[in-house]
Amino acid sequence: MSSQTTFRSRAMATSPIEQPSNLTRRKARASLVQWLLFVVTALAIVILAALLWDISASGARWLSLDLLTNTSSRKPENAGLRPALLGTLWVIGLTALFAFPVGVGAAVYLEEYAPNNRWTRLLKTNISNLAGIPSIVYGLLGLGVFVSLFALGRTVISGALTMALLILPVIIIASQEAIRAVPPSLRQAAFALGATRWQVARDHVIPAAMPGILTGIILSISRAMGETAPLLVVGAAAYVTFNPTGLTSKYTVLPMQIYEWARRPQQDFQDLAAAAIIVLLLLLLMLNATAIYLRQRFARNVKW
Amino acid sequence: MSVTLDESTIKSWTSDAGAVVSIHDLRVFYGNFLAVTGVTFDVPKHQITALIGPSGCGKSTVLRCINRMNDLIPGARVEGQILYHGQDICTSQVDPVEVRRRIGMVFQKPNPFPKSIYENIAWGVKINGITGNMDELVERSLRQAALWDEVKDKLQESGLALSGGQQQRLCIARTLAINPDVILMDEPASALDPISTLKIEDLMRELERQYTIVVVTHNMQQAARVSDQTIFFSLDEHRHGVLIEAGRTRDMFTNPRDQRTEDYITGRFG
Repeated sequence: MSSQTTFRSRAMATSPIEQPSNLTRRKARASLVQWLLFVVTALAIVILAALLWDISASGARWLSLDLLTNTSSRKPENAGLRPALLGTLWVIGLTALFAFPVGVGAAVYLEEYAPNNRWTRLLKTNISNLAGIPSIVYGLLGLGVFVSLFALGRTVISGALTMALLILPVIIIASQEAIRAVPPSLRQAAFALGATRWQVARDHVIPAAMPGILTGIILSISRAMGETAPLLVVGAAAYVTFNPTGLTSKYTVLPMQIYEWARRPQQDFQDLAAAAIIVLLLLLLMLNATAIYLRQRFARNVKW
Repeated sequence: MSVTLDESTIKSWTSDAGAVVSIHDLRVFYGNFLAVTGVTFDVPKHQITALIGPSGCGKSTVLRCINRMNDLIPGARVEGQILYHGQDICTSQVDPVEVRRRIGMVFQKPNPFPKSIYENIAWGVKINGITGNMDELVERSLRQAALWDEVKDKLQESGLALSGGQQQRLCIARTLAINPDVILMDEPASALDPISTLKIEDLMRELERQYTIVVVTHNMQQAARVSDQTIFFSLDEHRHGVLIEAGRTRDMFTNPRDQRTEDYITGRFG
């Protein structure tokens, strides 16, 4: 190391700027890291593309309007996923309806109102823990509380309430992060004008945090849409040939329908499952597009 | 139980005593740390009081006590008395929201709301339930803050699109719009260039006729230029902030009574 330094400094003696001795090695390391990062990104994209290609190859043949409008059937030619698609829309719509106000409300309370004491810290830690609990556990909770205790039965409302519980911790944590990112100077400015806590939260903190809150909500809703395990437990039916008609209707959802088709031995049903996956993915894509649109709308209201 | 600040007692008390805010033996703790101790001074009506002193001596802490902004800092505790028109505003019976509505504040870093210039002014007016012609009120406040001519054609643009000096004058206009009695300014020009600073100082001179102003500043020339009364703070041997000297600005800058004051204002202090 030191001999290299003397050699270099002698060699560069005539140069107006003396090069640090380890520059070549640092540059080599930097480009190596850059390549490694590129490779892992490419790997992720290639795997995803391969999966999509595989699904499309087997499912594309079955994509048609009939798939969307027919009900499930024993004959693959007649099989469709209308009840599952509507079931997903019902369950996810209600989930969002329950989880959004409760989640954002809890986050606003924890960040803007709650005193910084042991009780609050305990609460915050436990919410983070709840986010890491396997979804099947929420299913069992839903089965015990909503299906049996509240006697709501194996219905749309039980499923939606269970899903809402599942995504609440994630919504609360994401909303807390978004609220914490609002600069304190903004709150001080509002308080100094004689505003109450609620006026500060309503007119400044929540609007400024809204894009971040929406991101959290959409991510968790997307997760809920693909979730099967808890609904399996709270009783989404596998074979449903009618539309869900209301809160207390029996129902199925897309992931359940996919599972039901995929476990049948016939190749046609396997391919139908692939087609249903494509429908589910398109639904997710549409949801995310809506989220991006909403984010930009809310971001416009705040003139940073 | 909440005590309301009654308009008639305010008027009668002010006319006898002349001080709008009167601080008696103020002590401020952050957790167990005593940040400021034994601070006593009066803020005379329609004058500018400058709080000066080295960093960390508690000038801003004292300022934030006057409109209960310290309530927002976890662990902050205030002892002693701050009489606003004769009524102690440091007790839990007094609602800080009501105090802040009468004692406005301008911060060190300009902090306009991320809203339009118009809304920046109108928001405080709306939430305080003040009624009247909002367009006129916005114009009057911006004129008072010497900003109207620069922004009258772009009232719907973001307050954050303005320059730093303009943003600070917008913050002053926003404070004026709710018609406070006292305006607290925490180093209002320290983030600004010399020309913007001069504009803020001119503005303070102008506002002094209608409002009582308390300003924290690190800039000795500024204190000498704008203030009528100067309060000098420093740190004692236990590193608690203490009041060293208070008096007419003219007297203090020409003939300081305390050696520490003289060292500080002549620049010999660290």
